[in-house]
Amino acid sequence: MSLNDSRSNGKRSAPREASAAPTITVTDSALIPSVGEKSLLSAWNISFFGAIAILILLPVLRPKPFVEILAFVPDGLVATFSVTIESIFFALILGLLAGLGRIARTKVINRIATIYVEVIRGIPLLVQLFYIYYALGPLLHLRGTASAVAAMSICYGAYLGEIFRAGIQAIPKGQMEAALALGMSRTTALWRIVLPQTVKVILPPIGNEAIALLKDSSLVSILAVSDLLRRGREYASTTFYYLESFTIVALIYLVMTLFFSRLVGIMEAHLRYHGRKHH
Amino acid sequence: MDESIIRIKDARKSFGHVHALRGVSLEVAKGEVVLVIGPSGSGKSTLLRSINRLEHLSSGEIWVENDSVTSPHADIRRIREEVGMVFQSFNLFPHLTVLDNISLAPVIVRRDSGAEAKTRARALLERVGLSDKAASYPDELSGGQQQRVAIARALAMQPKIMLFDEPTSALDPEMIKEVLDVMLDLAKEGMTMLVVSHEMGFARAAADRVVFMDEGLVVESGPPGELFAAPKEERTQRFLEHIL
Ligand SMILES: Nc1ncnc2c1ncn2[C@@H]1O[C@H](COP(=O)(O)OP(=O)(O)O)[C@@H](O)[C@H]1O
Ligand SMILES: [Mg+2]
Repeated sequence: MSLNDSRSNGKRSAPREASAAPTITVTDSALIPSVGEKSLLSAWNISFFGAIAILILLPVLRPKPFVEILAFVPDGLVATFSVTIESIFFALILGLLAGLGRIARTKVINRIATIYVEVIRGIPLLVQLFYIYYALGPLLHLRGTASAVAAMSICYGAYLGEIFRAGIQAIPKGQMEAALALGMSRTTALWRIVLPQTVKVILPPIGNEAIALLKDSSLVSILAVSDLLRRGREYASTTFYYLESFTIVALIYLVMTLFFSRLVGIMEAHLRYHGRKHH
Repeated sequence: MDESIIRIKDARKSFGHVHALRGVSLEVAKGEVVLVIGPSGSGKSTLLRSINRLEHLSSGEIWVENDSVTSPHADIRRIREEVGMVFQSFNLFPHLTVLDNISLAPVIVRRDSGAEAKTRARALLERVGLSDKAASYPDELSGGQQQRVAIARALAMQPKIMLFDEPTSALDPEMIKEVLDVMLDLAKEGMTMLVVSHEMGFARAAADRVVFMDEGLVVESGPPGELFAAPKEERTQRFLEHIL
């Protein structure tokens, strides 16, 4: 969950604690294939097509619980996707604000943004979910899904804020200076010159965060949100087909995250090799 | 000289305990071409960047025309419109075409119409010899071409003063001339120019005055012929021996 994951292109400046010491970074996206890897037996191919094959084979070979599970569980996909997409949307807004706040010259704004990022990153997402759902939800009259989305957005906004900040700081200072020298205001220069260049740098890490969020959205099943995982639990607890239900749930998550990881990988390669031409 | 368009009075600037400028006073007359030379770290860039307030002076004052740049009430954006700047590293906007690089600021800063700004951008491109590059992106151009676009971009704001900070230092030797030629043309047309450069050919052909800086101070200044032939100060002599 950071900009300096192993596949970042070298131009990207590492976020603040850049040091000479060697670092290892284990990201959420270890399964993203390097695009050069064409082999049919690549880890990604085996996992992705293997998971799909099992999803097809199980109901064929053992129709008894699996057809029923496959009919029951995917209803939760709607909730999973809507929580994910809404959370990403609001997290992007919060993240942009936090990122801009972190580079703001006004001390108060800078301090507020930094505190937001530090506090949120220091609290486990599950705790935040409980906090917002049980402690703040009733106060703010948020219903289940809304408080889930609020918690996920606030949490991921902090991580995205660091990506925005690092992305903005990766743009050479001369760009802002050239814009200022032409008479642009700092704000105009930021929106017209710096941020458009930032997009290319931050799109892949934002994609990775979106995938992480898709996975973390399973936490909302603990609240009263009928997402994929919760549907699986509901089915299992009435039929006692635990192994079967959770196998299907796990496989569906796996297929989705592998699919989106591939998409991010392709996008990143495209940006790296062709992004410079802007056509 | 009451025709001074830039007036710098006792400019001082420190970065922490590094004293980049230690009391520089300098006046530039309208239409004058002034070359600033001096060893690396002598404060040349800091001086130039103080004129459009990319750096804030620690003390001292600077006026552009009759406007104080250093006053806290200065309308710095209006002043910057009058002062074009060309950087050593070009700093073109990589996400915009050459034409948009040139026409963006006139549109969003001066609120020119898009059509008007593009027409003028094309005229400027022709003037720097790059008419065929309007639709290209900066990274498709050579360094010399990029720097000519950067000059056109600055000129598009129709500035009264042009600042050049080592405009040819990042260029391969064979590209230096194409940039200097554009600058020579500008000088001939009467543009007021303050140029940090060690291009002696340009100095002799275009400079009215050469200013030698060292350790944050102006050591001496004079017409290029005199200063190069008979420097008064020993530090100037030693420096010139290095670069001539
Ligand atoms: N932003 C900065 N922060 C710290 N020190 C600086 C900064 N800019 C310039 N300096 C220092 O100020 C001195 C003068 O720099 P500069 O004006 O760039 O010199 P020149 O352009 O003549 O090489 C140098 O010692 C340089 O290291
Ligand atoms: Mg310099």
